[in-house]
Amino acid sequence: MDADSLYYSLELVAGSGYTLNIEQRAALQTSLVILRKNYKFQRVLYWGKILGLKEDYFIAQGRGEDEMNDKKNLYSFNCMDWFLLPPATDSMIDEVSRAAKGRFIGDPSYVYEHLEIRRQGEGDEAEEEEVVTKVNEESRLAVTVHQIDEEVSVVPRGAFIKSPHGLVQVNRSFGGLSHSEAGKLDNFLHFSKPKNLKKKSILEMGDLNPSIDFLDVLSDDIPKGSWSLQFECASRVCVLRSLLWLGLTFYHVPMTPQHGYIYIGDGTKNLDLPFML
Amino acid sequence: METADENQDSSQLKVQSAASLKAFMLKNSTKSNLNLYDHLTRLLIKVMDEHPQNVVDVIEDISHDVKRGLVEDKQSTLRDLPQTTAAELLAEQQRLLFSRPEDADQEDELVETPLPNVSEIGFYLEQAGVGLGREEMQRIFLALKQLVESQALLRCRLWGKIVGTESSYIVAEAEYREGEEEEEQITDEAAEEEEIETEAQDSEKNEMDPLPQSTYKPAPVVPKEAIGTGANKCVYYVCKEPGLPWVKLPPVSPVQITVARHIRKFFTGRLDTPVNSYPPFPGNEANYLRAQIARISAGTQVSPQGFFQAGEEEGDEEDEAPRDSYEVNPDFEGTPVTEMAESLSNWVHHVQHILQQGRCTWVNLAVKPGEDSNEEGEAEEKEEEPDEPEPEVGPPLLTPLSQDAEMFNTPPWSSKTSSTLTSQHAAAVLRSNLWPGAYAYACGKKFENIYVGWGLKYAGEGYSPPVPPPPQKEYPSGPEITEALDPSLEEEQALKEALEEQQAAQEEMEDTDEEEEDDD
Repeated sequence: MDADSLYYSLELVAGSGYTLNIEQRAALQTSLVILRKNYKFQRVLYWGKILGLKEDYFIAQGRGEDEMNDKKNLYSFNCMDWFLLPPATDSMIDEVSRAAKGRFIGDPSYVYEHLEIRRQGEGDEAEEEEVVTKVNEESRLAVTVHQIDEEVSVVPRGAFIKSPHGLVQVNRSFGGLSHSEAGKLDNFLHFSKPKNLKKKSILEMGDLNPSIDFLDVLSDDIPKGSWSLQFECASRVCVLRSLLWLGLTFYHVPMTPQHGYIYIGDGTKNLDLPFML
Repeated sequence: METADENQDSSQLKVQSAASLKAFMLKNSTKSNLNLYDHLTRLLIKVMDEHPQNVVDVIEDISHDVKRGLVEDKQSTLRDLPQTTAAELLAEQQRLLFSRPEDADQEDELVETPLPNVSEIGFYLEQAGVGLGREEMQRIFLALKQLVESQALLRCRLWGKIVGTESSYIVAEAEYREGEEEEEQITDEAAEEEEIETEAQDSEKNEMDPLPQSTYKPAPVVPKEAIGTGANKCVYYVCKEPGLPWVKLPPVSPVQITVARHIRKFFTGRLDTPVNSYPPFPGNEANYLRAQIARISAGTQVSPQGFFQAGEEEGDEEDEAPRDSYEVNPDFEGTPVTEMAESLSNWVHHVQHILQQGRCTWVNLAVKPGEDSNEEGEAEEKEEEPDEPEPEVGPPLLTPLSQDAEMFNTPPWSSKTSSTLTSQHAAAVLRSNLWPGAYAYACGKKFENIYVGWGLKYAGEGYSPPVPPPPQKEYPSGPEITEALDPSLEEEQALKEALEEQQAAQEEMEDTDEEEEDDD
């Protein structure tokens, strides 16, 4: 969620059970402003918190000109001193998915090890090779934040527009979804590179506006029912919760441009989802 | 005089031309039904009212505005039907929360209320980073007050919130009043009687060709715990939003707890949803909710050590029944916050652990009917001993947390202080890693537990549902259906010869008998 709206939007996502201490909130407001100046971001967002066994990581995200491609993630333990996370490459994602198991510890230099014994050759000449994959927790953190953004970041339809040059920017004349529109999952889009757009039929594409509808719709997610849509706070705020990554909460106040998402959880994907629905 | 006439004529002419111009201006336009005269009047009245700056430069825009203002008025001939949105309905109901009864003003101050100090708890929870937002917490506490007044409960506290896919549950924990126990037992007995009747009818089926009877014997049903003891010690009320009526949850039975341990399902938010799962859950979502609440309470309700002390202990009962009563220790001083946050041995469980069987006190199910004859058959007793199950024992009440077992390589609890900058006034916060969402805080003599989450236990890497048991073979094997080899030709002939020899021998014997008789 945007750093400028932090003081009221935390109350709106508190339905999931997590808030920030008043001390942490004050520290965040100060340090995010400084962060924006130092790194020359256009906007700074408070992305969320990943809970570890010993310590929790606070994550912030800075956005540049292009909201989709120009992102940098930072983490901190005390909301004051921020460290830059490396961007997640494909090889890093591979290593992390093989080696990292269990919960986050809370120590960025902790090393996860995974031992694999591979056999090469046939028969008696088989040679056993021990392949050890080592991943440290900082890379695991970077990969997790990247995956959560890719899979479950949400924006309402019309909040971002794609300029003819391909730049994705905030739509300054977004008035908000109406109350009835906010109750339908069709009006919420994934904020990541679209995968399903090309599969839509020409008839469906006729209704869409190419500058607004350049992202995937949430209701196309498999399995169906992996999003929970509720109206909270005396039915004033529309809250979306992801069941795939437990802890991601998106809020939107209908008829206003206020929206944002935050992830507070232990950073593990819920692979049991098909059993639980 | 002519000039006067001329003047009159010219002024009359002027008046006439003015009148004709006015008439011209009053002509309604065919397109918009406006006329210039009225428009200019309105325009000049607007200019007189507003006195804009540089009016001559903006006069065209003002003229446009006036025209547009007229058009909008004419289009709205339909009246809006006011539709009450869901938000408005809820607001009406929540308004009742804020109404104050007029009678009991002064009495409240003297009598001890069963409601805890609500703003204080909300403050400490916010310090710990847990909470539902200030306004929502306030509404929840007012709803709790409403519950206490309507049900006349002895003690009540906010247990927490369980998030569901369509809506959530806010759960309150209370203690049973004395009269309620009898009502509950009566309804349970009536339900059991109905079940027995239906079973009797089923067993009278067809006796012509006996179909293969199932040899499956279901495990004996573990009896429920009495209300007020064990897992049913407290009664729970749920509601969807503060302000809506509270619903009481039924007491939990041990089989529901054992099945709930094997399944993993989200809550939908409606209490009557069936729970489709394997192993099949006996009950609907209300029972599943109650079972999860019981498990969470048993696993994560903790208090600082020393706050509670064991109840009156009876002398001989050291080995047998575990203690299930505790009372507030009046001499509790309060442990400093840094010690509470550092070591887990300063915290203890104050809710009884639920055994494998699903109850808090173990019940021996292998007791067979007809035990009166045991005194005679001591030899029989010795045979039965190896079959008797061992009693299940759980950790006694008030055991410190340092003895909690680790599961899936994660320590069961994480602890820290709520603030590092002002640690003199911080609170110690304990977070459970096995039940994500369970928190406890302690500051001096005050402490509280709360659960806000999805209602599911941490299951390690992946959950795999239990496999159904293998199907039974069709018939129990007996001599009628066992296959046997058909005898070969040589065997048949050998048998035939043997039989003939036997017959011949028999005939000879009969003949000799007859001969002997004849001789006599």
